[in-house]
Amino acid sequence: MKFSEQLEARYSDMLTHYPVKRSLLVPFLLYIQDEFGYVTDACIEEVARRLEITPLEIRNVISYYSMLRTKASGKYNVQVCTNICCLLRGGEEMLEHARKKLGVAVNKGVTLDGVFSVEEVECIGACSWAPAMQVNYDFHENLTPDRIDQILDEYRQKAAQQ
Amino acid sequence: MANLVSHPDEVKVVTKRFGKGAANLDRYLELDGYKAVQKALELGPDGIINEMKASNLRGRGGAGFPTGMKWSFVPKQSAKPKYVLCNGDESEPGTCKDRLIFEHDPHAVIEGAMIAAIAVGSHDAYIYIRGEYRYLLEIMQKAIADAYARGFCGKNIFGSGYDLNVYWHGGAGAYEVGEESALMESLEGKRGVPRIRPPFPAVVGLWGGPTVINNAETLASVPHIMLMGGKQYAEIGVERNGGTRLFSLSGHLARPGVYELPLGYSLRKAIYEVGGGIADGRTLKAVVPGGSSVPCLKPDEIDVALDFDSMMKAGTMLGSGGIVVINDQTCIVKFALRTIQFYRHESCGWCIPCREGTDWLSKSLKRFHAGAGVAKDIDNIRYLAENMMGRTFCPLGDAAAMPIIGFVKKFREEFEAHLDGRPCPYEQHGATNALPVLSH
Repeated sequence: MKFSEQLEARYSDMLTHYPVKRSLLVPFLLYIQDEFGYVTDACIEEVARRLEITPLEIRNVISYYSMLRTKASGKYNVQVCTNICCLLRGGEEMLEHARKKLGVAVNKGVTLDGVFSVEEVECIGACSWAPAMQVNYDFHENLTPDRIDQILDEYRQKAAQQ
Repeated sequence: MANLVSHPDEVKVVTKRFGKGAANLDRYLELDGYKAVQKALELGPDGIINEMKASNLRGRGGAGFPTGMKWSFVPKQSAKPKYVLCNGDESEPGTCKDRLIFEHDPHAVIEGAMIAAIAVGSHDAYIYIRGEYRYLLEIMQKAIADAYARGFCGKNIFGSGYDLNVYWHGGAGAYEVGEESALMESLEGKRGVPRIRPPFPAVVGLWGGPTVINNAETLASVPHIMLMGGKQYAEIGVERNGGTRLFSLSGHLARPGVYELPLGYSLRKAIYEVGGGIADGRTLKAVVPGGSSVPCLKPDEIDVALDFDSMMKAGTMLGSGGIVVINDQTCIVKFALRTIQFYRHESCGWCIPCREGTDWLSKSLKRFHAGAGVAKDIDNIRYLAENMMGRTFCPLGDAAAMPIIGFVKKFREEFEAHLDGRPCPYEQHGATNALPVLSH
């Protein structure tokens, strides 16, 4: 099990933050996920060994936080907010539109080519600029169906170039 | 990223540096940056707390507890290290203000946390930012690194002999972590399950040490209080409610956005003047005035001042300052359903009334909205919600119950309109047909 240099640097830096080392767990798991796409079994074993806690304790933590996952999402995870402020301005219609466009029927479903997944999410803190979504960590706000088409096309092009 | 708006009635204190590039340390210093912490070092702990008490600053996270008093509860002598924890887990639906603070003025949060630390005799401050706000965490990481590089944080700050470390920390998606004891659990690398109190965090908090937990907006207000003086800050607001607040205006408004208004400002004016009134010539049906957790107000109840005490008197709460405006085309049952689905998703399952209550409310409202409700469901929904109140370790149970009780109490006729297998009377005006024309 090897982490990238960048991730190792992050780990060493975070170790200096806390009097008890397991405190770095939540943000570090998210950084792991950014590198591997999801928190893999091997990563869980490795982090458990480093922090001297059981793998089960780590799974227990993962299951609590909605952003952490143990299965792959699409390369671009499209997270559409349908909470109250987005609901009032068409959030459900935006989710429906994104699902139809990408052909993803179920929540957290992944497209066949693995480029996209679509997830319905709770409030992402874009209430005054609703409806809104995040693609991975990027915010897209004041959405309309046309704007979603345009945004998703841009990501598709980006994926094709890589 | 997010658009900035302004209105002539705003009083810019916390938002003073917005749009001026203050995330850059040099720019922040030009705009009076890190002067407040030096003044705080001169004042000393008692002097700082006196200014804070005089300022009448009350916690901006939602509960509105007086900040100066909170700080004064931390014991002066402690065998264990003391900590300051900034709550930047902003997740209350309807609230998007801390996001702007982190984006436009991250050093103000750092400086506020440092002043809090000096006031309570702590040498370590943590700034916790929710996982979805990755770009803000990166801004904060850079801001902290820059402050260290100049020697503003670390050993012997400003030649005072006082050591003070500031650290960042990130979440990974959990509303409940915004509750202070769950926040500490999360920072300790655990599930964000709340702790039983007492002991309160001011006595036993992070890793067992006395801990002060303040919202990001609260801490961002602190440097301004140090510079202008507590008394002057208090004068901006009204009695027992000092200063300004960042109100996140959202929903069916012509000009939604985050506006900084003095406490005591009229809710009616916030909706009709600052927010530009209801979009598309529609009329107001209801407003949820303090984030999704608070009871709604009807159009004849909005002549109320936006301060903690007046809102309490009006039967609701100032909460997080998230003002969600609902027009006459909206189905309140559907809105209530979406509200409870959120709390059902976020309930950690630790306390049975919250875990089961949110689930049953969600199921009942879903069935009801679909037209399969019976008359006694309406009272049952209210009864279920009322029985969650005050019966959970953390306020999530209350937060889920309060809005539902409000909707049933104030919009009973809308619930009745769904009875006898009738389809939702608002569906033909679904959001697709009634998408507001956005004006920016």
